[in-house]
Amino acid sequence: MTSNLQSARKTETIFRTENLNIYYGSFLAVRDVSIEIPKNQITAFIGPSGCGKSTVLRCFNRLNDLIKSFHIDGKIFYHSADLYAEDIDPVEVRRQIGMVFQKPNPFPKTIYDNIAFGPRLLGFKGDMDELVERSLKQAALWDDVKDKLKALGTDLSGGQQQRLCIARAVAVQPDVILMDEPCSALDPISTLKVEDLLQELKENYTIVIVTHNMQQASRSADRTAFFNVVANEKGQRTGYIEEYDRTEVIFQAPTKKTTQDYVSGRFG
Amino acid sequence: MSSPEFVSSPAPNMKRSSSSPRTLFSTIMTGVAFACAALALIPLVAVLSYVLVNGISRLSPTVFVDLPSAPGLPGGGFGNALIGTIATVAIAAAISIPFGVMASIFLSEFYRDTNLAEAINFLTNVLSGVPSIVVGAFAYAVVVLSTGKFSAVAGGIALAVLMLPTIVRTATEALEAVPRDYRQAAIGLGATRIQTTLQIVLPAAIPSIITGVMLAVARAAGETAPVLFTASFNRFWNSGASLDPINLNPVTYLTQGIWEPTATMSRLVFDFATAPYKNQQELAWVGSLVLVALVLVTSVASRWIVRKR
Repeated sequence: MTSNLQSARKTETIFRTENLNIYYGSFLAVRDVSIEIPKNQITAFIGPSGCGKSTVLRCFNRLNDLIKSFHIDGKIFYHSADLYAEDIDPVEVRRQIGMVFQKPNPFPKTIYDNIAFGPRLLGFKGDMDELVERSLKQAALWDDVKDKLKALGTDLSGGQQQRLCIARAVAVQPDVILMDEPCSALDPISTLKVEDLLQELKENYTIVIVTHNMQQASRSADRTAFFNVVANEKGQRTGYIEEYDRTEVIFQAPTKKTTQDYVSGRFG
Repeated sequence: MSSPEFVSSPAPNMKRSSSSPRTLFSTIMTGVAFACAALALIPLVAVLSYVLVNGISRLSPTVFVDLPSAPGLPGGGFGNALIGTIATVAIAAAISIPFGVMASIFLSEFYRDTNLAEAINFLTNVLSGVPSIVVGAFAYAVVVLSTGKFSAVAGGIALAVLMLPTIVRTATEALEAVPRDYRQAAIGLGATRIQTTLQIVLPAAIPSIITGVMLAVARAAGETAPVLFTASFNRFWNSGASLDPINLNPVTYLTQGIWEPTATMSRLVFDFATAPYKNQQELAWVGSLVLVALVLVTSVASRWIVRKR
């Protein structure tokens, strides 16, 4: 009950990082990230290349675990759980936190099997046809593919493939969807479709999106984090968060001059 | 009609000149390359046509089902050797394919870029360089001496050792060629490593793996040295083996037949080609033809399977 009372006044956070430092071996890739990501909102990460946006994003579903030299210090909390605690199984984490990648990466299977893959892993016992249809509808792809569910997912157009990947991600009914530059390989019309989709998805999901496209961030996101990067004397580049606030603040009244310069297109 | 705003200037000389040194050199080199390609084809064409010409006259349905006749007598065939080759290669495949594919999954999916994987890769390459006669000697020492007799199983084990490096190498390459995106997508959906491997990576790599396996099978079927003193030879049917449905007994064959000395096509060709009798020499030619056809069919079939998918 108390949590309900609190959420009436406060926004519930999904992720909270505390002094997060990310290393590859001894190289500090991102330093001192302390942000909170609210539930059922779209949070965008923007910033110049190499500033660690994707690196931070991939910490949220522990995908960086696949890189051997990767390690962090500081903390990442998902709800109230410490994501990097010893007893956390990264496989379970990824079942809660879905991901859509930069390059559309459907499996070389049928459209149907692409969607059904995740639920089958989880031992889904219900009506698979219904789940596939619902997922494709949520990803605004149903009308395009309803007559060819047995066609290969890899034969779709780029924009359709990316929506298929979004449908695949929502099919496991995750809590959060992470998107790593989901539109960078898409044409403007497909990009708009995905952006419309984001607005619908945020009713049910929390979305964190990395984007190079500032218009996309300003159109879609509720909150925006601006990442920047500094190089040390050895030429190693370390990313950090320059400013994190509601999107309209970042784009219209940023407190930092570098943010102002970046969002107005003066560098980056 | 060009619009008045645009004018064109005179073009530089771009005409082809057949006498310029550059063109001449190019023409000559094209000719040389063509001649070399033709030369390289000569052995292939020569071997195939020689085998075909010598083998075809004696080719008849009976050679596939009959036993070799006694030295000096006419007729006969190599039905037992045909079954023997299929059996030894099948035993070899049953051993080497699971081991080889599992090893390549280990190398490419679980221990890629580790020192252990490098070491295993290196040793696999060493193994593929071991002369086949040495592999035969190894199987002789390990299997024939310990079981006390020549057998299709001993021959199969020798061939399995020979096939293993090919299978491991081609399967590892096939698995490593599967895009990283697929793995990330599966892992991102909460698949474990083994689920990702078995449900996404392996199916994507299967066509290339089949090609590698078929190449290994085709090569093993034609090997002589490893079966010389492992499967050895048998002028008669092994227990339970026959191409006559009445006498065929698969259970007896699998329990007893494969543990007896077994004739193989390559060993039969080796023995009969050097025999002093005309009938046996002819059979050796037909055997060669059948062996070549077997290998050819296997590789064509593998390509066909791969393309169909």
